[in-house]
Amino acid sequence: MKKENIKLLAVTVAIFVTGLVMVYYVMENPTDSMVERMLSRENIWRAFREHLVIVGVSMAGALAVGIPGGILLSRPRFYYIGKVFENIVNIGQTVPSLAILALFYTILGLGFNTAVFAIWLYSILPILRNTFAGITSISDEVIESARGMGMTGRRILTRIELPLAAPIITAGIRTAIVINVGTATLATFIGAGGLGDLIVTGLSIRRNMIIITGAGLSALLAILLDFWIGQIKLRLVKW
Amino acid sequence: MIKIENLTKHFPGLDRPAVNKLSLEINEGEVCVLVGPSGCGKTTTMKMINRLHEPDEGEVYLNGKRASEMNQIDLRRGIGYVIQEIGLFPHMTIKENIATVPRELGWDRERINKRVRELLDLMGLDPEIYSDRRPAALSGGQRQRVGVARALAADPPVMLMDEPFAAVDPITRARLQNEFLRILDKMDKTIIFVTHDINEAIKMGDKIAVLREGELVQHSTPEELLDAPANEFVAQLVGRNRSIKRLHLIRVEDIIEEDADKYSVAAESGRKEIKDKLSESKVGALMVTDEQGCLLGRVDEQSLKKEGETAGELVDEIHDQVTADSTLNDSLSVMLESGEGYVPVVDEEKGFFRDIITLQDLLQEVRQG
Amino acid sequence: MEVIGYMIHRSEMVQRLFLEHLWLIVVSVGIAILVGVFLGVLISYFKFLASPVLTICQVLMTVPSIAMLGLLLPFFGIGFQTGVIALILYSLLPIVRNTYSGIAEIDQAIIESARGMGMKDYRILFRVKLPLAFPVIMAGIRTATVMVVGIGAIAAYVGAGGLGELIFNGISRTNPPMIITGAIFVSIIAVAFDLLLGWAERAKTIKY
Repeated sequence: MKKENIKLLAVTVAIFVTGLVMVYYVMENPTDSMVERMLSRENIWRAFREHLVIVGVSMAGALAVGIPGGILLSRPRFYYIGKVFENIVNIGQTVPSLAILALFYTILGLGFNTAVFAIWLYSILPILRNTFAGITSISDEVIESARGMGMTGRRILTRIELPLAAPIITAGIRTAIVINVGTATLATFIGAGGLGDLIVTGLSIRRNMIIITGAGLSALLAILLDFWIGQIKLRLVKW
Repeated sequence: MIKIENLTKHFPGLDRPAVNKLSLEINEGEVCVLVGPSGCGKTTTMKMINRLHEPDEGEVYLNGKRASEMNQIDLRRGIGYVIQEIGLFPHMTIKENIATVPRELGWDRERINKRVRELLDLMGLDPEIYSDRRPAALSGGQRQRVGVARALAADPPVMLMDEPFAAVDPITRARLQNEFLRILDKMDKTIIFVTHDINEAIKMGDKIAVLREGELVQHSTPEELLDAPANEFVAQLVGRNRSIKRLHLIRVEDIIEEDADKYSVAAESGRKEIKDKLSESKVGALMVTDEQGCLLGRVDEQSLKKEGETAGELVDEIHDQVTADSTLNDSLSVMLESGEGYVPVVDEEKGFFRDIITLQDLLQEVRQG
Repeated sequence: MEVIGYMIHRSEMVQRLFLEHLWLIVVSVGIAILVGVFLGVLISYFKFLASPVLTICQVLMTVPSIAMLGLLLPFFGIGFQTGVIALILYSLLPIVRNTYSGIAEIDQAIIESARGMGMKDYRILFRVKLPLAFPVIMAGIRTATVMVVGIGAIAAYVGAGGLGELIFNGISRTNPPMIITGAIFVSIIAVAFDLLLGWAERAKTIKY
């Protein structure tokens, strides 16, 4: 097996094992009956599943909109709109995630859908911006020689522009996923569940074990996803 | 082969057309250099041939067919294209870069591999070493060669070259120009070559088209351009020292006398032979050659003071030499660079020593012109 | 309208929380600059430390903020100090990374010539390296500050104070004007720091 594959497998397994050991330990050794009730298998699984769904749905949606959107804005005829968009996106990214969640709560009310919508919108920004920036940063000479050699627009996009922009696009996806998982832990405040539920419950009934379980699992998830994206980039970009 | 008729192109925001009613005919197998100051429309004209720009008026004919009626993509695939910054694809290997057009044309893997090897060999790049490297790992000169190889990949009858050698240092440029001319000798390509450097134009061109503000000023052979500039503009472009410019036109092999024996000794020759020959040599030095006749270095009076009996033991290194197909101007630059009044000439293909060329030889050529 | 009414009506409280929030940011980023630049310089001299230190910071960054606050709470208790420590940890990565890369990217010839002129190592650091790396370090500080403004709002949940209180209390009391006031002011602070530090970054960039 190649060295990079061993690393991928080893880190992935290590993160999974850490998570499982932690969950097993807290379920077997609850400090009192309240902790035992909160940290039942069903409860932990439910929180984790909700978390995954929020992250999965919003991230898939963000990719589906961000990458094609970035490609579209990078076309010469939309270039100036793209530049304007880039500035708006920059300001949008400066707005804290809690503020975004809170503002959407006042518009759309409590619940899972609000959280997914707000997080989706927030995760589009880095992906869209980096796709646009990645493609527009490719030097004119490269595109011109591709055109001069008779490559069609579609072929230039798939064979030249996207591969060349890949490092910047994956960097955007990486930023988005860290922000996404982080913001998903806040979803509990607007009643959307997730691992944040455990942390917040733990804080309110002052049980450290519950806090650490929720915090630990969401941290491990974030680290794992971040690592995976990094690995994808490593395999994608060979030059 | 290529006929340009009444070609006109306006760009929005400019008060005069970039190219104005330009007509030009380029024969098959000819290198036509478009030369002129920046903004003269040379690049725009070239880009209208492969329709990277669409003309406002006029027409380009390729073998009698209207370019505007051909499929744009097919048209471009049939025309090799090299630009100044080369535009190699940084994420692809050298092999993938060269294979771009063949792959677009749907060649099979076998054929592509064969062609890539052939071209790398032609460009003097070892396929074993360079095929799988990426452009970032290459020197400027090597990248230029790959750029040319990529344009040649599908063996297009026509090539467009926009200042292809501009991004490298003068010595490498001269070498690349010579190499390219040598390669060109073996194939039958029609080439449109754009440059702002009149010396390059004189050296590379069979015909030169001088452009100014989008209009054709003169279209003639390099000799005619030097002898009879059409107007003051062309005369200025060519410059006052026209006889020196002529050095770009003459190849070293046209003036050397193949006096290899007179100026060289074999590596195994003894001191006596060296001394005898040295007194005959008009440049005060002798070239030392091996059994194949290739240059090992040189010996002179100074070297004789060293320990050793044969020329092979006394030899001093030399760094400068020119190939027989270099121009006189190339050899002049090398002499100026090295500070010596002569430079050894070697065969461009086999590498054996052919003669030396001296500053006196060059001066004589200038005087004759 | 309702929101503006709320802001005016509760202006005193909003003002207090606004200043609290600023204080939280200034203290944390201030400490993070000292620690972060020091660490960045340190690993630029001891290169073998660079990769582990940067990896640790990178991993810390990916930990969700509420999780980080939750993990720190058992050790530091409810209140300001937990918030400050979490914020310092988050601001470290951009500052350490940018200090390190800012110094690493300096043309070696410049360092050589400084050394050739007989400058001592610490003089080279303060007179050559840090000034040249300044724009890059400043960019790191800017990233850190903007990020920490948002995390500072979340820190209100562990009793660190600041505008986050308006958001959290507003949610639990279902008071939209209160939430919006908090969200808007936090965003204003973030955007303002971004613009201000962006300007400082450009103003101090040496034009070659």
